[in-house]
Amino acid sequence: MPEVFPADSVGLVSPQHFTFDAPLELSCGRSLQSYELVVETYGELNADKSNGVLICHALSGHHHAAGYHSSADTKPGWWDAYIGPGKPIDTRHFFIVSLNNIGGCHGSTGPRSINPETEQVWGKDFPPLRVRDWVTSQAKLADRLGIEQWAAIVGGSLGGMTAMRWALEYPERLRHCVVIASAADLTAQNIAFNELARRAIRSDAEFHDGDYLEHDTIPRSGLALARMIGHVTYLSDALMEERFGRELRSGTFQRGLDAPIEFQVESYLRHQGDRFAHNFDANTYLLMTKILDYFDLARDYGGNPAEAFSHALCKFLVVSFSSDWRFAPARSREIVKALVAADKDVAYAEIQSDMGHDAFLLPNARYESVFRAYMSRIARDAGTLQTAEEKEGTR
Amino acid sequence: MLRIDLDILQQWIPMGGRVLDLGCGDGTLMCSLADNRQVTGYGLEIDPEQITTCISRGVNVIETDLNQGLDNFQNDSFDTVIMTYSLQVMRRPDQVIDEMLRVGKECIVTFPNFGNIRTRSYLMLRGRMPVTKQLSHQWYDTPNIHFCTVHDFDSLCAEKAIRILHREVVTQRFPDKQLKGLLPNLFGETAIYHLAK
Repeated sequence: MPEVFPADSVGLVSPQHFTFDAPLELSCGRSLQSYELVVETYGELNADKSNGVLICHALSGHHHAAGYHSSADTKPGWWDAYIGPGKPIDTRHFFIVSLNNIGGCHGSTGPRSINPETEQVWGKDFPPLRVRDWVTSQAKLADRLGIEQWAAIVGGSLGGMTAMRWALEYPERLRHCVVIASAADLTAQNIAFNELARRAIRSDAEFHDGDYLEHDTIPRSGLALARMIGHVTYLSDALMEERFGRELRSGTFQRGLDAPIEFQVESYLRHQGDRFAHNFDANTYLLMTKILDYFDLARDYGGNPAEAFSHALCKFLVVSFSSDWRFAPARSREIVKALVAADKDVAYAEIQSDMGHDAFLLPNARYESVFRAYMSRIARDAGTLQTAEEKEGTR
Repeated sequence: MLRIDLDILQQWIPMGGRVLDLGCGDGTLMCSLADNRQVTGYGLEIDPEQITTCISRGVNVIETDLNQGLDNFQNDSFDTVIMTYSLQVMRRPDQVIDEMLRVGKECIVTFPNFGNIRTRSYLMLRGRMPVTKQLSHQWYDTPNIHFCTVHDFDSLCAEKAIRILHREVVTQRFPDKQLKGLLPNLFGETAIYHLAK
């Protein structure tokens, strides 16, 4: 049985599977006849179902945001630093719902699932998706859980885009929208990096035009390269200098010796790439990077983000990180500017960090205190804070 | 209790108005204005701890370096733009005033009056840069880099053709309270200006 988990961990968790048999109409005009979502929840839903918090994952994320699947796990979920008892998204006050989005490769319906019409794996034929398709499927999940209105929808990066789309698609279904290290759309540079990653995958001979599973193979090297490119863009120059510098992992520059030289940073990237290639599906990566590229918050609103946000009813927290150059603070300020122009409630913090885009996943004292202050305020407004404290009092 | 300048300026804020508070600190003024004048709006702040306090209190605080201007805000988009006790820390107070009047229909500025008898006499009698209860920093570590007097501010307004809707000076001291009406630049400790284009 499990060893002792940290006191501020949600501890042992297990994913649940939800099957939806009603067709899901997609933005592309096609539909999924049925689909499955893999979901983890932390904390307890209160009596009036007002304390739900939805976590929206980023590009390569999944449902396992906090806690451990077994005592043998060396690492907890991807956002464990911020979800748990006493953490900013406090499981003593909130019922937290984290899912793998459709199109994913961690258990929800996606390119690795069986297409019921052909009884074959979907593979490259999986319908193209948009962020709004995720929002629709998440709304069906909320219906299933009996959550009419989320206390908050929270997301970083692509997850922040998903949270913003919620605010426009279902304005009455959330009270707060927390948008971290995100943007109203991708810049050309950002799309370019995604295309490099896609090209890396497609160029792998093992890709077989997306039918690699039928050939019983995986485009491992393409996936690894895609991840290596992505990974470099998620870090900052300063961080890489600090963490790796010009340290050698093997070999030497000594004269007269020609042992092969490898820098630490090369070894690190290779490791990251290989691990990712092992865990991730190539078609999902192509699909998800396209979802990112196509996202444009204001496209349906005359290209005017303030007009888009005028449809929102919730309050917003926007957070950015100083060294994040993929979703730079300037992009977050654009969101804030549009929210102000739309006369919406918004708080904005720009966190000093050397961690680049990855900062939104990592421990940072100021980020934590801003996040905690905002979430505690939500809990206080919802009355769930008192309820939780009263509960503890009666124990 | 509210600081005296924060108390006095409230009378000039329209009920239910849209307000921008530059250098909003811990959000005290925004909270008070929301309670007393039912205003909406935003506070701008740069200090991390103050920002967190604002967020805890539910104040719409936006992290902003005011020295970079107010690019995030459209012309005439606020009823009143307020800056209390921060003008003297700005790199270019004149440009800040321009920005305030661009974004707001009216603006309110409060600042420590360096023409006050106590700062004057401190410098004259001791020959050293004034350190008072209000201005408690040494010359080398003070964030206050642009002090001015009531007269200085009056002439800036005249130069820029800014209308002074109201001007008050306040002091907590006796007998200065009686004398400030007569000689505001000599006896006022804090100046409060209500301005429009």
